[in-house]
Amino acid sequence: MSPALPDGDVPPEDGGLPPSVAARSAGRAFGVYLHVPFCAVRCGYCDFNTYTATELGGGASLTAYAATALEEVALADRVLRDAGLPDRPVSTVFVGGGTPTLLPVDDLVRLIGGVQDTWRLAPDAEVTTEANPDSVTPDGLRRLAAAGFTRVSFGMQSAVPHVLATLDRTHDPRRVPDVVRWARDAGLRVSLDLIYGTPGESLDDWRRSLEAALATGVDHVSAYALVVEAGTRMAVQVRRGELTLPDEDDQAAKYELADDLLTAAGLHWYEVSNWARTPADASRHNLGYWRGDDWWGIGPGAHSHVGGVRWWNVKHPRAYADRLAAGRSPAAGREVVDETTAELEHVMLGVRIAQGLPIGELAPTARAAVAGLVADGLVDPRAALGLDGTRRVVLTRRGRLLADAVVRTLAA
Amino acid sequence: MSPIPSAAAAARIAPAATTPELLRNFCIIAHIDHGKSTLADRMLQLTGVVEARAMRAQYLDRMDIERERGITIKSQAVRMPWEVDGTPYALNMIDTPGHVDFTYEVSRSLAACEGAVLLVDAAQGIEAQTLANLYLALENDLQIIPVLNKIDLPAAQPEKYAEELAGLVGGDPEDVMRVSGKTGEGVEALLDRIVRTVPAPVGDAAAPARAMIFDSVYDTYRGVVTYVRVVDGHLDPRERIAMMSTRATHELLEIGVISPEPVPTKGLGVGEVGYLITGVKDVRQSKVGDTVTNSAKPASEALGGYSDPKPMVFSGLYPIDGTDYPVLRDALDKLKLNDAALNYEPETSVALGFGFRVGFLGLLHLEIIRERLEREFDLDLISTAPNVVYDVVLEDRTEVRVTNPSEFPGGKIREVHEPVVKATILAPSEFIGAIMELCQGKRGDLQGMDYLSEDRVEMRYVLPLAEIVYDFFDQLKSRTRGYASLDYEPIGDQVADLVKVDILLQGEQVDAFSAIVHKDKAYAYGVMMTAKLKDLIPRQQFEVPIQAAIGSRIIARETIRAIRKDVLAKCYGGDITRKRKLLEKQKEGKKRMKTIGRVDVPQEAFIAALTSEGAGSSGGRDAKDAKKK
Repeated sequence: MSPALPDGDVPPEDGGLPPSVAARSAGRAFGVYLHVPFCAVRCGYCDFNTYTATELGGGASLTAYAATALEEVALADRVLRDAGLPDRPVSTVFVGGGTPTLLPVDDLVRLIGGVQDTWRLAPDAEVTTEANPDSVTPDGLRRLAAAGFTRVSFGMQSAVPHVLATLDRTHDPRRVPDVVRWARDAGLRVSLDLIYGTPGESLDDWRRSLEAALATGVDHVSAYALVVEAGTRMAVQVRRGELTLPDEDDQAAKYELADDLLTAAGLHWYEVSNWARTPADASRHNLGYWRGDDWWGIGPGAHSHVGGVRWWNVKHPRAYADRLAAGRSPAAGREVVDETTAELEHVMLGVRIAQGLPIGELAPTARAAVAGLVADGLVDPRAALGLDGTRRVVLTRRGRLLADAVVRTLAA
Repeated sequence: MSPIPSAAAAARIAPAATTPELLRNFCIIAHIDHGKSTLADRMLQLTGVVEARAMRAQYLDRMDIERERGITIKSQAVRMPWEVDGTPYALNMIDTPGHVDFTYEVSRSLAACEGAVLLVDAAQGIEAQTLANLYLALENDLQIIPVLNKIDLPAAQPEKYAEELAGLVGGDPEDVMRVSGKTGEGVEALLDRIVRTVPAPVGDAAAPARAMIFDSVYDTYRGVVTYVRVVDGHLDPRERIAMMSTRATHELLEIGVISPEPVPTKGLGVGEVGYLITGVKDVRQSKVGDTVTNSAKPASEALGGYSDPKPMVFSGLYPIDGTDYPVLRDALDKLKLNDAALNYEPETSVALGFGFRVGFLGLLHLEIIRERLEREFDLDLISTAPNVVYDVVLEDRTEVRVTNPSEFPGGKIREVHEPVVKATILAPSEFIGAIMELCQGKRGDLQGMDYLSEDRVEMRYVLPLAEIVYDFFDQLKSRTRGYASLDYEPIGDQVADLVKVDILLQGEQVDAFSAIVHKDKAYAYGVMMTAKLKDLIPRQQFEVPIQAAIGSRIIARETIRAIRKDVLAKCYGGDITRKRKLLEKQKEGKKRMKTIGRVDVPQEAFIAALTSEGAGSSGGRDAKDAKKK
């Protein structure tokens, strides 16, 4: 979740959607995002919508949270029906946070149950939860698998103690291989999240983290450059000069190192910051974001997209719970994405994935710009020429590092 | 002695009916902020010309910019009655511009007077520009009345500066008058002194009319208002007048005096000062220094001292928003009506688009015009670094006049002439070394040095004007902690070893950054400019070499390394709207970029590269600095 909510239109009280969504949703997969806004510790770099006070009161407290979230599931079901959307099984669920595993396992099980009862899960549904290496047990992981979870994404971030300390992460890095093994034993697919470019992290530190992650044998790794967002504690530390941010060249070198080591270990990039062993190991839920699929985001501050309408919920768990208790939609703002904007989003999201953008779907000016991007070494010439099938814009490694510049060129 | 004389006495000094013996024409020579306007206000009040309650501070400085900067750009003349020993007199106070760029206008104002009040701040002493104007006044044989102002200030040192003034104009320190324009102390005595010591004008009343134009101002409602001093004969309402430089004739629609508002009169006689309105719309038809005569009975010889204003400094002015180009053109056309020295031609820059190459009298003139364009016409402008005019003699002896460095000819050059000035610097003697070092570095040639007092010196240099317009003011101020003052006047040209340094961005020449510099300084300029641009231009997707070159020879090089990372690592559900908005903003930003070859250069980079150091460090800032002291 982004820190500040965007500006947008005021949504109707009942959260009702315009009739246009039905046509624009046709043929799109439907996913559910469930936000759990609680953490044991607030990390200095984190700008997500999360709270350490577990007793926010009323329906916002940790113990009442599952029930409150399920109220939104019920509301979502009503809104989608009223908008004339056909029944669609849920193809993916992603429980994120915060720290979802701070919720009792029973509550996570209840939430998945609610989604299942309301919409049905597709037979091959991908159901992921994020987890902190600190807050899982072999038994808990087994129970999640039994309840229908298929995948777990651990917030490993780094294997180097001083880097973890700077990030305020409290878990013991030595525990990571264990939790990965427990999850795989429980039948769950496993992903590890890593962060590079933390103040004080050397290239060798980063290499250690990558090697440690690969040593667990995982089939999926996400590696993100640290972004210090305004309003975080780390931003204050940087401003005061207590922390020095690595420059973009350092981040670029670390990205290249990650790509080298992950590729050598048999993991292939399928999105700018994501690598998977096989296509089946990729996060289908996240691919839905980049492909323009539909999803409903449950929880405070959660964002949704259905048929060309994007909206976002009120941020504070208490306000969120109060709205639902009063029978109102928790949506705080929304936008109906017009054609031009949809085109920009399509390019912006589509270039991020290895599958790329079909050149035939681009506007004529964008099509004309592809040759220049190939010449600059940003776009793969084979894909652009269609040697492997349809002509596509697929980024080279340099192109991935300059993806935003590519988008600006294609959208100019 | 006293202001409004009796009705009978007033009749003796009525315009067009005053004998020259009862006229006194004087000006006030003073440095910026030494209190000239305040003293003038006090005189207007004491002579009863302006009532206290109608008093607008600094009545004579009309334009807003003048008022804000405390400097006078355009002069005016006010007629004031004053009685001494029972005899009424008409005093004409002719206001003079106070800055170096307007030396010619100053000289014409001085030529309209018989006396000058040399006004000096009793806390600061004389400044270089005042000294230069004093020399001009002495050359015109004006009677000088030395006066120390601001004697009410705690920091005033009247003894010290009275001695300095006495040393300059001759005479006794006791003869130096002491006034306070602020409190009015000593101002009546000064008016008396003007009557007693300034000679009455002398002229031939029977001769054909000859009047000298000392100022010419465009007024929206009246057209051009011309200020004149009658030397011989007289001018009458409704007669046809002729301009002697052009032989153009005009009907005199109105003639009168300023007191302090324009008052039509029955004419102007020998020695009188007043205004003429002929209905012309452009000050070029009524030029400062020209002689006005009667069309039917013209004088055979014009008064001496006329010359056309000559632009000394050129700069390219470009609208930041290209669609403002017509607005800029119209604005310049309007300003030109009131400024005979302003001239311009359209020019096109690869880097900056459509604009004008504008010629100015000097740096202050440049800054005033630029500020008026921005303020009165709501324009955002980029101005290129100011440069002087070069006369280039080619091998085949053809001559090329260069007002824009990018037009400096390539190929075989025989010699290059650059304008030089005579510069006068006044400063406390502790800074002699620093000033000598600066002037030597600026290719200056020391002509002489005198002590004005025990601890103040006057240094005289011949310097290339190009060095002055570069960053001389700023350097002088910083090396003398703001205490030095500078005056200069053009004295001709010299042959110098000059070369054009071009700046290339990824091999493409950026015309706006070309400069003509001395051969010995070309390398330093190249290194400075390439380093500066390296900092100002954002990294691109590719490596961008920045080179400085003389012809095809590269003398300095920097490289902007290619940007390696330009991607947001995370882009999930909630990031999409935010990220899209960011991209939309970046797309807007790209529109404000100029593209040189393939390199996107933000507008701000051009502005920063063109306005730091060299440009912008002009007399305008000098004026402000002077006020802070």
